[in-house]
Amino acid sequence: MGVLATIGDGRVTRDVVARRLRGGKRDASGTAFRAVLLAALVVTLAVLAVLLVDVWTGGWSVLSTRFGDFINGTLSSRANRAGVFQGIRGSFWIAMFTIVLAFPLGIGAAIYLEEYAPNTRFSRIVDINIRNLAGVPSVVYGILGFAIFVKALGGFTGGRTVMAAGITLAILVLPIVIITSAEAIRAVPDNLREAGFGVGATRWEVIRHHVLPYAAPGILTGTVLSLARALGEAAPLILVGATTDFLGGGKGSLVDIGQLTDRFTALPIVITTWAGRPQVEFRALTSAAIVVLLAVVLLFNAAAILLRNRYEKKRR
Amino acid sequence: MTHPVFQVSELSVSYGEFRAVRDVKMEIFDNEITAFIGPSGCGKTTVLRCFNRMNDLVESARVQGQIEYHGVDLYDPAINPVEVRRRIGMVFQKPNPFPKSIYDNVAFGPRVAGVKDDLDEVVERSLRRAALWDEVKDRLKSSATSLSGGQQQRLCIARALAVDPEVILMDEPCSALDPIATGRIEDLMEEIKSDYTIVIVTHNMQQAARVSDRCAFFTTEVNEVSDTRTGILVEYDRTERMFSNPGDERTENYVTGRFG
Amino acid sequence: MALTVPQLLGPSLREQLSGTSRRQRRETVVKTALRASAALSILISVLIVLSLVREAWTFVSQVEWATLLDDGWFPRRGLYDVRTLVVGSLIVAAIAMAVAAPLGLGAAVFLAEYAPPRLRRMLKPILEVLAGIPSVVLGFFALTWISTEIVQRVQDDAPQSNLMAAGIGVGILTIPLIASISEDAMRSVPSALREASYGMGARKLTTTVRVVIPAAVSGLVAAFIVAISRAIGETMVVFIAAGATGGSLYTHDPFEPGQTMTAAMAAQAAGTDAVRGAALTFQSLFFVGLLLFLITLALNVAADRVVRRVRQKY
Repeated sequence: MGVLATIGDGRVTRDVVARRLRGGKRDASGTAFRAVLLAALVVTLAVLAVLLVDVWTGGWSVLSTRFGDFINGTLSSRANRAGVFQGIRGSFWIAMFTIVLAFPLGIGAAIYLEEYAPNTRFSRIVDINIRNLAGVPSVVYGILGFAIFVKALGGFTGGRTVMAAGITLAILVLPIVIITSAEAIRAVPDNLREAGFGVGATRWEVIRHHVLPYAAPGILTGTVLSLARALGEAAPLILVGATTDFLGGGKGSLVDIGQLTDRFTALPIVITTWAGRPQVEFRALTSAAIVVLLAVVLLFNAAAILLRNRYEKKRR
Repeated sequence: MTHPVFQVSELSVSYGEFRAVRDVKMEIFDNEITAFIGPSGCGKTTVLRCFNRMNDLVESARVQGQIEYHGVDLYDPAINPVEVRRRIGMVFQKPNPFPKSIYDNVAFGPRVAGVKDDLDEVVERSLRRAALWDEVKDRLKSSATSLSGGQQQRLCIARALAVDPEVILMDEPCSALDPIATGRIEDLMEEIKSDYTIVIVTHNMQQAARVSDRCAFFTTEVNEVSDTRTGILVEYDRTERMFSNPGDERTENYVTGRFG
Repeated sequence: MALTVPQLLGPSLREQLSGTSRRQRRETVVKTALRASAALSILISVLIVLSLVREAWTFVSQVEWATLLDDGWFPRRGLYDVRTLVVGSLIVAAIAMAVAAPLGLGAAVFLAEYAPPRLRRMLKPILEVLAGIPSVVLGFFALTWISTEIVQRVQDDAPQSNLMAAGIGVGILTIPLIASISEDAMRSVPSALREASYGMGARKLTTTVRVVIPAAVSGLVAAFIVAISRAIGETMVVFIAAGATGGSLYTHDPFEPGQTMTAAMAAQAAGTDAVRGAALTFQSLFFVGLLLFLITLALNVAADRVVRRVRQKY
C-alpha cells in the first residue's frame, strides 16, 4: 500500500516530504484531455465561421453590384433579373400571422397553465402534450396545414396561399411560445403574488399588474426566438404549396391584403429553389438570398439572447 | 512529545481587493484536535482551506505568507496541490456524498489513487473508523443519498479516511446536523485523533471546549479607511487555558458569551 | 370611509365578502378565455393525428403489400418501398450523430468545466445564436461546400449530391443543440460534489470524468435523444443536398444520393402539380408522415422520461 503510506510519525525528513508532495509524472493525460475538448469547441466554431464566410463571399457579387434590384426583384428564371422581393413579402406576412395568432394564444395558454391550474389533471395533460408538439418535425406540421388549411378550409384561405402558410407556421411555433412564456412566468417569485393578493386583488389583477410585467423580458425573448424560427422554416411551406418557379401578379406592394389569398412564396423557399438550379449564376443568387435571411434571423436571435442575458443579470 | 505538523507565518488571504484575513501565525501539532473559533466572517474557513490548497479553486484568491508542512513550503510552485490533498483531507460543512452507492463513495479516493486489490478491506476499515459500518454493512450498494444527514456526514468522513491522510480538516462538520448526530461525530473525532491530526472550524464554542486540545480564536478588525472587516488571529493556546484564563480581553468576551 | 358597527355586522357585510361584483365576472371571463387557449394545444394534436391517420389508413388498406418489398421509392409510379426511406433517415441520423455528439459534448465539457468564466459568458450566447441558423442554409452549404471539400476528397467518385454531405450538414445543425443541453446539465451538478472530489486529491480530469459527467448523465442522455429526434425530423438539408427528388433507389451507401422520410414528403409536395400521380401517391405521403410522427413521438417521450428522473434526484 505504498501509495497510501502515511508520514505521520514525525521522524520523516523534510526532503522525503518535499519529494512526495511534488508528485510523480506531469499530468500528461490531463493536459491531453483538455486539448481534445478545446479542439472540439474550436472545430465547431470554425465550421460555423466557414459557413458564414462562404455564404457572404458567395453572395457578395450580387449584393455589391445590384443590391437594390436584388431586394426589389421578382422570381425569374433569368439570373440577372431575379430578386427576392416576393420572398420577403411572403415571409413578412408569415411573420404577421405568427405574431397575431401564436403570441396571444401562446402567452394566454402559458398564463392559464402556470397561474390558474398548476396542478390539475387537465394542465398536466396539456403540459405533456405541448412538450410532444414541440418535438414534432416541421414537415408534419406541413401535412397538418395541407390537410386542414389548404384542403378542408380551402374556401376560407383560398387554398395554397400565404394565409394557409401563416396559420400553419403559427401553429408550429405555438408550443415554443407556450413553453418559454411558462418558464418566464414560473420564475416570478411567489412573494410578489402574495403581496398583490394581500391587498385584495383578484388573480387576474395580480397577473396583469405584477406577474406579467416581471415576466415580460423572458416572454419577449421567447416570442422573438419563435419568430426567428418561423421565418427560417421551409418544409411546411413546401407542403402547403409555396410556389417555386414563377409567381405571377408582378410585384405588388408589401402590404397588399388582397394577396393573402393568392399563391405565394417565402424567403426560405426562394433559397431552396435557387439552390436547385444548375446555372452557375444562381449559386451567387442563392448565397445572396441566404445573406438576407441570415441577417434577419440571426439578428432576431441575437437580440433575444442579449435581452435574456441582461435581464438575468439584473435579476440576480 | 508533540511535533508541529504545520507552521504558519504571516499568512494573509485576499479575494480580489478584499482582504479576508491577515498575519496569521500559528503551529498545528500532530495527533491533536485544534479548533478555530470566533464569530462569522473572520476568516476561519479561509485559513483552513489554505492548509490543503483548496483556495486554489477560487479564481480571485491570493495567498501571501507561508505555510510549512513538515518543513516544506506548501505554496512552493513545484508542489502539486493534488498530492497535497491526498495527505491533507477535508470534510465539508454540508454533507456532499456523490450520487453513487455507499461503497463507491468510499472507494472513489483509493480507486483514483490506483488501489485495485484490497478495496473491500479499505472500504470496511474506513467505514468502521467512521462509526458507520454497522449501520450500512448490509446495504453497501444502495445509494448514498438515501442515508440520513448524520449518516451522510459520517460517510463523508469515511470517504476522507479512505485515502489514509495524515491530516483531516473539518469545516463546521456538525452545523447541518442535529445534536445527537453531532455528539456521535464528536465521539468519532476523539477516537481517531490518536492516528490523525485534526483541525476543525466551529461556530459552536461548547463543541470546541469539549473536543479540542488547542484553540485559535479569530475575530475581525474594522479598517476605518476602506470600511471593510479583516480577520485576525487574536489568541492561540491550549484549550483549558483559553477557556479558564484567556490572555486577551476579546477572547474572554467571546468565550464567556458576552458577544458572538 | 369608516364603517359603523351596524354596517360591519349587518347582512351587507356578507354581500361584501362574497363579492359578485363586476370584477368577479371579468375574472371568470378571462379565466375561460385562457383555458380555451390552453385547450387549443390538445385540439392541434388531435387534428394532427386525425389528418394523418385518415389518409394513412386509406393507404394501408388499399396498397398492394408487394410493392412495399420492391426496391425503390417511386411513389408516382406506385412503388412504395418505405424501407428505402427509413434506411435513408437512419443513415443521415447516424452520420449526424457521429459528427455532432463528439463535437457538441466536447465543446460542452470544455465550456462547463475548463473555460474561464469570461470566455464562457462570451461563447455560450454565440453558440445559442448559431443554433438558430435555418436548415435551408445548412442544406445549401452541404451541397456546395461540404460535398466538394469533404466528401469528394474522401471519395472522389461521389456525386455532388449524397447522403454523407447531408448527414454532415444535419450534424452541424445539431451541434449547438447538444452543446447547449449538455452544458446546462453539467453546470447544474452542485459544486459541492466537485469540492468533495478535489478535497480527496483527485485531479481535474478525474473529477470531470468520474464525478461530474456521471452525475450529469441523465441530462446528457436526454440531449442525445433530443438531437436524434431532431436529426430524424430534419427535412431541408436532405432535400437540398442528398439529391433524390422524385424517387430513390434503395441504397445503404452514404456516398450515393438518397432519400429520407422527411425529404420524401417534401419532394412529393413540391413542384407545380403536387401530389398527383399513381393512385395512392397522395396517401403515401400521409403514411410516411404518420410513421415519422410516431417515431419522433416515441423519442421525445423517452427524452422527457429521462429528464424527469434527473429532476427527482436533486
